[in-house]
This record gives sequence, C-alpha cells and structure tokens, in this order.
Amino acid sequence: MAESFLTDIVIEPTPAPAAAGVAPIMEVTHITKQFPGVLALDDVSVAFYPGEVHAIVGENGAGKSTLMKVLAGAYRPDEGQISLGGVPVTFNHPSEAQRAGISIIYQEFNLLPERTVMENIFLGREPHRFGIIDYGRLEADTHAVLQRLAADVDIDPTAQLGALSVAQQQVVEIAKAISFDAKVLIMDEPTAALASQEVAVLTDLVRRLQARGIAVIFISHRLVEVFELAQRVTVLKDGQKVATELTSDLTMGRVVELMVGRVLSEYFPERARPEDVGEVVLRLSGASNEALHDIDLELRAGEIVGVAGLQGSGRTALAQAIFGVAPFREGTMEIKGKADMLQSPAQAIRNRFGYVTEDRKYEGLTLKQPINDNIMLTLRSLQRKLSRAFRNGTDGDQAMALALAQRVDVRAPTMDREVRFLSGGNQQKVVLAKWLATNADVLIFDEPTRGIDVEAKASIHEHIRELARAGAAVLMISSELPEVIGMSDRIIVMWDGAIVGELPAGSSEAQIMHLATGQKTSDK
Amino acid sequence: MAAITSSPSPTALDRARAWVRARNIPPVYGILVIIFLASILLDLFFGIDDQLFIFNPTILTNILVRSVALGIVAVGQTFVMIGASIDLSVAYTVSVTAVGASFLMAGEPDRVWWTVLVLIAIGIVIGLLNGTIITKLKVNPLIATLGVGLILKGLLNATFTNFAGSVPSSFQSFAYDAIGPVPISVLVLFGVVLVGWFILRRTRYGAHLYAVGGNAEGARLSGLHTDRILTLAHVMCSVTAVLTGLFVVSRLRSGAPWVGTDGLYDLESIAATVIGGTALSGGKGGVWGTLAGVLIFSLLDTMFNQIGIDAYLKQILRGAIIILAVGFYTFRSKAEQG
Repeated sequence: MAESFLTDIVIEPTPAPAAAGVAPIMEVTHITKQFPGVLALDDVSVAFYPGEVHAIVGENGAGKSTLMKVLAGAYRPDEGQISLGGVPVTFNHPSEAQRAGISIIYQEFNLLPERTVMENIFLGREPHRFGIIDYGRLEADTHAVLQRLAADVDIDPTAQLGALSVAQQQVVEIAKAISFDAKVLIMDEPTAALASQEVAVLTDLVRRLQARGIAVIFISHRLVEVFELAQRVTVLKDGQKVATELTSDLTMGRVVELMVGRVLSEYFPERARPEDVGEVVLRLSGASNEALHDIDLELRAGEIVGVAGLQGSGRTALAQAIFGVAPFREGTMEIKGKADMLQSPAQAIRNRFGYVTEDRKYEGLTLKQPINDNIMLTLRSLQRKLSRAFRNGTDGDQAMALALAQRVDVRAPTMDREVRFLSGGNQQKVVLAKWLATNADVLIFDEPTRGIDVEAKASIHEHIRELARAGAAVLMISSELPEVIGMSDRIIVMWDGAIVGELPAGSSEAQIMHLATGQKTSDK
Repeated sequence: MAAITSSPSPTALDRARAWVRARNIPPVYGILVIIFLASILLDLFFGIDDQLFIFNPTILTNILVRSVALGIVAVGQTFVMIGASIDLSVAYTVSVTAVGASFLMAGEPDRVWWTVLVLIAIGIVIGLLNGTIITKLKVNPLIATLGVGLILKGLLNATFTNFAGSVPSSFQSFAYDAIGPVPISVLVLFGVVLVGWFILRRTRYGAHLYAVGGNAEGARLSGLHTDRILTLAHVMCSVTAVLTGLFVVSRLRSGAPWVGTDGLYDLESIAATVIGGTALSGGKGGVWGTLAGVLIFSLLDTMFNQIGIDAYLKQILRGAIIILAVGFYTFRSKAEQG
C-alpha cells in the first residue's frame, strides 16, 4: 500500500543541535492561556532555534495543542510574549503568523480533496493576469516548490488531491507550508495518519527542511520518533513546562518519568477479589479488521479490564468492533462459550452488550428528549411486539425509568427534564441507567468520566464497580492513566491497532507509558 | 490497484471511456444519452403522431428553447451550490423581473434598455441581501433565501394582482427570433453557460469559490475572504434569475406575479444542478453538468408530450427520475471509493 514515491531515501544521521550562542529564531516567554475551568498553559517559556527539530511531548491534556495554536496565531495568549528573531510580535489571525514565516500543519489536513495539487498549494496566491489564472505558471511554480522540497518527489501538480495517498497528501501540506517561505514549521502529530513505512519519507523531508535552517516544531506521542527526529524536547504536564532538554542528554525512560510523575490522589472503589471473578463471558482470538490486528482478549464476569493507549492506538476501534459498529472481519468471537461474531449494534444489544460511548452528547443520548425516554430508549428498541410498544408512557414504564434513575442517582427536578439541561455527570448517569434497563452483562465504557466534575466522577466510578460486583464483565477505556490504574483489575495496553501488553492491577503509569509509546512490544 | 489481467487491446468502449475521462465530461451526459435513446424507442413504439421527434427540427429546437429559462438560472444556482449555499429566492426574482419588465417597459421600445439595467440592479441588490444575511447574520442559506423570496412575493402581490403592462414587440425578438436556424435565446443560454464555465475554471474567483464550498475553514486559513466570495456567488445567481425573468416575459409578452413560482425555477434549478453532478455539500461540480441536467428535463417533457402521457403521471415520472439519477451518483461514488 505504502508505495515509496520518494526514490532512494537515505536518512542521514541525526544532525547536531544548534551551537551555543546561536540566537533563537522564535521564543515564547511566560505564556499563560486560560479556558473556562482549565488553565491550559501556565507560565510556559520555550526557545526554538533555526535548523533544529524541537519535539513537544506530554500526556493528553498537558497543553501541547494549546501551545501550538498560540505559536501559530490561532489563539491569543492571556499573558506572555512571543518574539520572532528577537522582535516581539502579536498575531490576531493565523494568516498574520503565516506571513511572518510561521506555518502550521494540523492533524486533520486543511486541503481540498476535490481540487488539484497545484490549486491546493497556491490557494489564494494563484499567479494570474486580470483575475484569470495562469495555469502554465501555476503548474511550473508548483513543480518548483515540490522540487525545492525534495528533488526526487514524484507528485503531479495537476493530480486531484483526493487521489493521492495520505503520505503524499502530507507532502503537499508541507510543500504548501514551505511555499510561504516559512522559517518555522509546526506539525501536530505528523506521523499519526501514516503507515510505518511512510514515516521514513517524512523523516527524510524533515531533515531536508532542517538543513535549510528551518526550525521544525512537532508534537508526537511516539517517543521513538521523538528521539529519532528531535534534537531538543520540551515536556509539558498539566499546562506547565516540566523541562526542555537536549535529546542526547535524555533517555526514553526519563522522558516518561517527566511526563507522568504525579501522585495518585483520587479515591477509587475497592477492586474485585479473585473469588468475585467468574467465567469468561467474551473471548476474542485473532480478531482483526481495518483498524485492528490480531486481538486476543478475554473478559470475565465480575471483572473490570482497563484499556490504556494513546489517541489513535485503536482503543475506540476495539470497543466499536466488539459492539458491532465496525465489526471484526477475521478471527473468532465467543460469547458465553458460543461462537458468534457480532455484526451490528442491534445484535450486540440482543446479546446483552452495552456500550457507553466516548461522545455522550451525540452517540449516547437524544439530548432534546426527557430523562425517562432516554433511559427507556434501548429497552424499547428491543421490544418487537407491537402490544408492548403501547406501554410507552404507562405507569409501569414510568416507574421503571424512575427506579433506574434513582439507582444511579440522577439528580434532576423531574423525570420530564430534557437531558440537554443536565450536567455532564448526570447525563452520564442517564446513559448508565439506559444500559441497566437492558440488563447488559458485557459493558464497554469509552472515556466514562471525560468532562465530568470530581464528585460525579467518583459516583460514576462507584457505579461501574457496582455493575461488576453484580456480575457484569466491564471493559473500560480511558486516556486518564490514574483512572485506568485506579479502576482496573487488569490493564491491557494498545498501540498501533494491537494489544501490546497486559499489566496487573496497580501497575505504575510509567509501565503503561512504556508500552503505550511503542517502546516494547510486550512486558510478559 | 493495477489489475493483473489487463486486456491487451482496448475495446471501443474502453477507448470511448478514456476519451470521456480525458476531457472531463461529467457523467450526467451518459444519462442524457441513455434518456435520449430511450425517448427515440418510446417515440417509435408509442408515439401519438407518425413523425419521429428526432426528425422534426421544430421539436428539437423546442427542446433547446424549453431549456433556456431553466438553464440560465440553473447556471447561477450552480455557482451558489458550489459555494455550499443554495438559493430558494430565484423563482420570486423571476416573477419580480417579469412583472417589473412589462410594467416599466409599458410597450415602449425606447424604455427597454434602462428597464433591463434597473432590473439587473434589482437582481444585484437581491443577491447582496441573500449573501449578507447568510455570511454576516449566519442564517442557514435555505431559510435566508426562502425568507427573502417570501418578502419579494409579498411586495409583488401587494402591488400587482394580474398581468401588468406588456413588453414591446421588439423585445420579444429575444424569445422568438433566430439567427439562421439558431434561436437567439439558445445562443444566450450557451453564452451564459460559457461565461459560467470560464469563471469557474479559468479565474481565481472560481478556484476560490470551490475552496469556500469544499472547506470554508481551510479557505479562511489560506487567507481568502470567504464571505465576499460567497456573497458574489449569490449576486451572480440573482442576476441569472433576472435574465431568466427577461426571457420568460419576452415569451409571454406580459408578466404576472406567479410566473416564477409556477415555473418551479427554484426547485427545478436545484434538481438540475444536482443531477448535473454538483454536490449539495459544495466544492464540486460545474455548469456543463447542470446544462445536461436541464436538457434531461426538457427532453423528458418533450417525450412525455410525444407519447401523450397524462400530466400528473408526468410529474410522478419526473420525480422518480430525479431520485434515480442522484441515487446513481451516490452509488457510483461509493463504488469509486471502495
């Protein structure tokens, strides 16, 4: 699939960092950025040097993306100063930063798939006479830009962008960024969308940009690539800068320590005792689809299995595959001892599976419906007899909804209240009640406490444990490591669409991060 | 991707396919050809008169003339739809133009030119209004243009209740005269399509309009003034509606407040544009496809007349054909992707 369109890639050894005494090309000092309820950046100062690759690392929510957007002029910092070549600057719009020589490539490309490569690269800057585009020159200019980037790059300026591979589209993005005469190039997770062979192409391009004196700043979750590409690395944690060091002075282990180094302070319910864990309810072996490969997994009654992994590691894909949203194509699935590969959510629900999705508002609830209708939604979909459908809104129906709401402690004045008016924590409890109504005994939680305040969080944790105690098999995905560690009886770690390791209850954040950043394939 | 079993010598069909692909001919022309051939067959077996319509130059010309009114405004509709917007006010703009023209000209040949200029100015104002409401007030285009259309309808109904005045006979040559065998109106239609094609495919403005429709945020980050670009598309759309109105009144001699809505110029221009391959979500499409969509409508009408199909059944068949054509695209693009 990943055809190499850059012929004969020879990746040179990592270049040396900027020599002492070289002035930074861009510098931020004491940057603070506040969002409602979150201090996203707290007094961060970093300097970027010409011809150097600078990686920004940190856990999810550490403030990396916010820092990038401040650098690129998409956000204005509340406090602090940005300077370019020693001169203080203020950006009101990304285009101002772009004109000043700062280009950014976001994780989701901002390209037009229906248009040609050349129209994409020179959008808004097409060579023209009286408004009529000079297509000959446009093609020549595009060719020149691509050549300047890499002499052997083989992309037709007149090709439709959508017909190119993801890696080629990324080269187009980089060419577009460079065509602004960028001095600073910022890349947000540049390798996230690439297959491993295609990463070499990117590595090669980054080296070439570096050789031309461009400062490259990139966010990455993959520490291996950080060490391969960057000469300097800045670690962020909870909006603060922990360290900026030369990569040659660091080890991966040290970076992980800097990234996590926090104390487990939250309270979590007691874990399952060995005698509480029952038989295998769900068994997957060799299960694969487009996003996942070779998944072996067992879920047991009474047990909570935590899933850790970075964004894009396949955590949500696993949940969706089990629940039949994007089913497995190969391998086997056994439900309570019976081989049966689920092909649709309806089938999963009939087998008493429940799935609390990551996106509560759009996938978990019908926001403009009242609490009771939301709670009864899935149960009603199971009722096939017309006679039972007429029970909607009857006393028995209402009583059942009320009982479930009370069981999970939904706090609302009446059961008629539309769900959109509830707090995040209460909304999540309604989703929970919805699956209680169906008596689900295999429950998948994807980010069960995202965006929920501390008190409601503890209550959700208690309810999840309660469900496990009552005999449900629980699979819980979370990007918050303390949550995974605090809740799970077993932890599986995913990377690149596969399960790369299993850790016992109470493993450390560092152990998980080692696996989740792809440093080791297994700890066993 | 490359198939292992590639046939050694390309068949005529393969060569035809390559020819079509190399010239970027929209796939809707395939549908047009199929419907044309089907019409000939139907006419052959079920025609209510002896003569086949393809041998009747009057009927053939009539197909083109039928296409003029819808075709001109559909070019404008294509512009706004490429910009991921839509214009439901065009039918009312057609009415305003038709009534305004016959009222202002009042049968006097020397009032023609300034009347045309006044009506085009009114079209520009309507387009600016639509564009400003959509881009500045951030009102959904469907609602914004429907609202503007209803305001126009109200103004018109409050002022005129029936046919008002008439256009001078010299102005009617727009609809009825011909240069050699080709009617002037057909030349005007092709002129409008050519200008539309040139703007979309050869100018910076066209490239920017595709960008706004394809990815508005990406276009903004590339430094484009997305609001101005979309507003200008609405202005051009309203001006094409004025041209359609002028053609309609030159055919009817006098305009009434219902001529635009009765002609279904709003929904049919959208349908023709979509059948022509312009995406409802914007960023993709072109005016040649729209022209084919319009020709399909005229061809169907002509064929239905030839074989004497009941007026209501005609509407049902039209609806079904629109759904089939658009369904065909979705099916095709899915097949291409996977």
